[in-house]
Amino acid sequence: MPDTIFGETLGTGEDATRTITKIAIFAVGGQGGGVLTDWIVNLAEANGYKAQSTSVAGVAQRTGATIYYVEMAPDTGKAPVFSLSPSQGDVDIVICAELMEAGRAVIRGFVTADKTTLITSSHRILAVSEKVVPGKGEQDSNAVLSRLGGASQKLVAFDMEEIATNNDSVISSSLFGALAGSGALPFPKSTYEDTIRNGGKSITASLASFNASFEHAQSAPPAKNTAEATTPKAKPTKTLKARGPKRKLAAWNQLLSRIEALPEPTREMARAGLRKTVEFQDLKYGEEYLNHLEIVLASDTEKENWELTKTAAKHIANAMCYDDTIRVAHIKTQKSRFQRVENEIQLKTGNQLYLIEYLHPRMEEISGTLPTRLGKWIEERPNLFNWLDRRVNKGRRIKTRSVRGFLTLWLISSLKPWRRSFLRHKIETQHFHTWRDLALKTVHSDYRLAIEILKCRRLIKGYSDTHTRSHSKFDRVLSSLPLLQGREDAADWLRRLREASLLDEKGEAMEGALKTIQTL
Amino acid sequence: MAERSFVKEVEKLRAGEGQLFRGEGILAITKALLENGVGYVGGYQGAPISHLMDVLADAQDILGELGVHFEASASEAAAAAMLAASVHYPIRGAVTFKSTVGTNVASDALANLASGGVTGGALVIVGEDYGEGSSIMQERSHAFAMKSQIWLLDPRPNLPSIVKAVGDAFDLSEASNTPVMLQVRIRSCHVHGEFTTKDNRRPTMTVADALENPRRDLDRIVLPPASFRHEQEKVTKRLPAALEYIQSHGLNELFGPKEHKVGIILQGGMYNGVIRALQRLGLADINGETEIPLYVMNVTYPLVPDELMQFCKSKDAVLVVEEGYPDYIEQAIGAMLQKEGLSTKLEGKGPFPQAGEYTGQVMLDSIQTFLATHSDVLPGKGRAPNTPGPSPDVEQLQDVVPMRPPGFCIGCPERPIFAATKLVEEELGPHHIASDIGCHLFSIMPPFGIGSTTMGYGLGPASASAFNTTETDRRSISFIGDGGFWHNGLTSSISNAVFNQNDGVIVIVDNYYSAATGGQDVLSSRADNKRKSTKHPITEAVKGVGVKWVRQIDRTYNVPQMQAVLKEALTTSVKGPKVIVASSECMLNKQRREKPIINHAINEQKRVVKTRFGVDEDICTGDHACMRLSGCPSLTLKELDDPLRDDPVAYIDQNCVGCGNCGEVADAAILCPSFYQADTIHNPSKFERIVGKMRAGFISALQNWRERRSLTIEEV
Repeated sequence: MPDTIFGETLGTGEDATRTITKIAIFAVGGQGGGVLTDWIVNLAEANGYKAQSTSVAGVAQRTGATIYYVEMAPDTGKAPVFSLSPSQGDVDIVICAELMEAGRAVIRGFVTADKTTLITSSHRILAVSEKVVPGKGEQDSNAVLSRLGGASQKLVAFDMEEIATNNDSVISSSLFGALAGSGALPFPKSTYEDTIRNGGKSITASLASFNASFEHAQSAPPAKNTAEATTPKAKPTKTLKARGPKRKLAAWNQLLSRIEALPEPTREMARAGLRKTVEFQDLKYGEEYLNHLEIVLASDTEKENWELTKTAAKHIANAMCYDDTIRVAHIKTQKSRFQRVENEIQLKTGNQLYLIEYLHPRMEEISGTLPTRLGKWIEERPNLFNWLDRRVNKGRRIKTRSVRGFLTLWLISSLKPWRRSFLRHKIETQHFHTWRDLALKTVHSDYRLAIEILKCRRLIKGYSDTHTRSHSKFDRVLSSLPLLQGREDAADWLRRLREASLLDEKGEAMEGALKTIQTL
Repeated sequence: MAERSFVKEVEKLRAGEGQLFRGEGILAITKALLENGVGYVGGYQGAPISHLMDVLADAQDILGELGVHFEASASEAAAAAMLAASVHYPIRGAVTFKSTVGTNVASDALANLASGGVTGGALVIVGEDYGEGSSIMQERSHAFAMKSQIWLLDPRPNLPSIVKAVGDAFDLSEASNTPVMLQVRIRSCHVHGEFTTKDNRRPTMTVADALENPRRDLDRIVLPPASFRHEQEKVTKRLPAALEYIQSHGLNELFGPKEHKVGIILQGGMYNGVIRALQRLGLADINGETEIPLYVMNVTYPLVPDELMQFCKSKDAVLVVEEGYPDYIEQAIGAMLQKEGLSTKLEGKGPFPQAGEYTGQVMLDSIQTFLATHSDVLPGKGRAPNTPGPSPDVEQLQDVVPMRPPGFCIGCPERPIFAATKLVEEELGPHHIASDIGCHLFSIMPPFGIGSTTMGYGLGPASASAFNTTETDRRSISFIGDGGFWHNGLTSSISNAVFNQNDGVIVIVDNYYSAATGGQDVLSSRADNKRKSTKHPITEAVKGVGVKWVRQIDRTYNVPQMQAVLKEALTTSVKGPKVIVASSECMLNKQRREKPIINHAINEQKRVVKTRFGVDEDICTGDHACMRLSGCPSLTLKELDDPLRDDPVAYIDQNCVGCGNCGEVADAAILCPSFYQADTIHNPSKFERIVGKMRAGFISALQNWRERRSLTIEEV
């Protein structure tokens, strides 16, 4: 427990280690905690201190949480006895190279409100457990950040990873800068800079990152309550701007004006939905989208702040814009996509970029992109279908920046005008209507349940097998409806079911929740 | 070539008389070996003494100049057996390995060595992998010392003490004809500090001298009747000699006042922790001047009854600070007190927890409890410290902060092996899977969750040997690394499977190094090694012991191939073990090797292709199926600024090394078309530039043509 500072409760003499500065560094393996440790030791020695550092090396360092520990004291000519590991409630400075590691340092009792200066980068490196969740698995950063101020004596928290990256450096340099800027050690700034210089590697970048971080740590207000400091800035309201042939522009503007006729709370979502559907197919499709929306609106009421329509605006757009081969080929060949990739990989002028797409179409994807009757005809003949599948179903590497590769995808994307006549569209449309009608049928008896039904659309995602699995989850969740309808808490149960089914891949949590419902 | 190079640091090993040496614990130990005229050194890598092996490997020139033979032993058993050179010859030898796992492996040789006894000083440096950061079962090396009569040194964890202990160990070994173990804990191996050096000493007798003048002494060979004499000799001659040496040379230390009601008896390695607790209680000063008497056992076996009883005699109570379970030392002291008829109260486990690491808090609490019970040095005696429960903040944090166990590195070639295994299991159902020791053991963790047991190094396939029956077609799968394979796996696991006609599938994970311990070379390493013989294919060895079904995979990242081979192995009608050698270089080592070369080439205006991967965020649906087959640190999540999207999408960060696992997995598992490979050509040739320009022209003409005809909507 972090709370037993012995000298305060028992003990005769005072804690004899007050002249020792104790520094623990929490990092994720591979973040360069060793470099920072060496810098701190060298810095201490350059300032007339004796210092000792320890670490735990070995396999624990492979991407896991690791701790480095430094103790230092003014050199009096004698050899102080330093500890080899940090003690709970007895660490002066805790430096964390990642936000959750700061949380861990608090949990483990190394950060205490009576003595610890906590210096942490506020960025996240997600743990595997957060990434594998089919839905939203990321832990709440604010839940940690908002508690660090209260847990420590002084908190210095900002995104030091970003500062390092912006200066072509690594986080050890910005952490070192934040340590200097925090003023937790009685050493002049120039001695920090000399330490970096004497280190001998990427000096310019390290110094730039060090200085930027130093400034930041100095200028930031003493963050006692960081909840406020970390609330995301209000997003500037964005407007949509279109360009293109005049006739299409006029039609687009007309559609936009239809949105103005919708209740205010639904407009932003409707605009996003309209854009998505028009981009997915064409203006006509956007018109269909608005038609659907207006049908939903007719069953909605202002009393509920138009929640149903707002929800529908989001999920109807997603349902209408299913992920077919045409959409994929279209995105892969777009100019804006090429630019986005170039930005992401930071392509420098003079260098050339080749793109290789990892595609694996199955016969289902092909027959879906065939005229409905032909596609169906094939799918109804398993022997033929399997024979074709054996020829089609394999991994394909398409070079999108070569003429041949680009043309292949470009031609597929050019099938867009005929999409409505393809089998996949028919299947998707049927599914869409069943779902929409179900919600509309429910709205009169249970408004909130209807909203939850619409929200279940979120469950459908992925491609091929993943897509099939997501469909069966969707069906399983909605299969509970007969049991739920008429119950006062039906909407809550459906929400719970949906959330449960996003917790794990196999839907074990969902099946558990379903069993509970069956016993209601 | 090892992960960490000590080429620069080893120059410090040349330091002569009276110089100040600054560096890590392991480097200090190496220096101490040279100062004490060691004649040969061997060992097997493993945390926390991996770097000791790396230092020695990088110091071969210096060792050579002094006539010291160094060997990277095939196993701890081989290392311990090497000490046989000190049985008949007055040559000092030292070997090192991780403990207790390494000591387990070495114990046959150690027992034989200890029985016959030694002429030259024989030193075993064990890196005690215990407590935080440890990756093995939590046991004590102490038992090995007791069972074989090997003296155990546990020096105070500072460089001067550790360095002195090396010299003491050799002297003690020679004075008592007994091998000596020097125990260094994880943190003291990596503690940075300083000490004053002495000149290096050439061994008085080198291994060459011994080869030219062979000796044998029947009395030292473990064979009846000599072995019975050895047993007697251990207690009648060697133990008294050791006790006499330890006492007369003051290897154990006393600190603090002579007279006191209480005292603390501690293992040398616990010294800093005990002092820290006393410092915090105001009972010791910053330099370790203590008000409580301390008896510091730099030698923890044998115990010196005279010293111990002398220390206990005038005291009401003593506290034994002995980390780990069982409490051998406390029990022994208890017996001594009883025989001596002393009424001194003995405390140890009680104030201290029975098992587990003695952390700072444990030390503070336990010593405080002891002093409060048995002395009046604390005025608040009897009053319980106010220990409030965890604050609500901490409890809430516990719900949020995720576990972060170690896992595969970015671009690790072992990741696709387990992705393929997971996919095969999805198709053929779950199997009994046995794991081994090495990085590949991370398969146990999410997202793979593969592997049920780990029974020791090189023993993965052996640990599946019971699952050998004709009553079912389902086969076991077992994993073993190249390190474990050459350590003993070839015989213990592979030959065993051949001999017993085991039908299981064995996957040998070959990453070109002993990777988990820091990238040391093994027999099958692909690197040119000046001093070692490498490039011995695992497949040849496996075929050599009679395996008929062997498949070599040269690129583990080819997930479909990996999958197909695994499936074949699980279904083929061929009898006997099915061995798959899955080879790709450890990415950590590959990056260390190639990155500087590539960056240099780019600066030199040479044509270089750099690969990394990306995800099209508009195509990714946020299901994260790819994560469940990867766990790569650089494959992470990104929140989109899109009101229509609920779930974060996959995103590949700048640390991607372009291994291709994510793309391959997306293909093999038919996940999604989101992944792309981006090959950047630095300094393209003139021809490439012209072709590139033409291509880009063609492509953007098509893109522009389409854009002119359609509506482009943008957010501003």
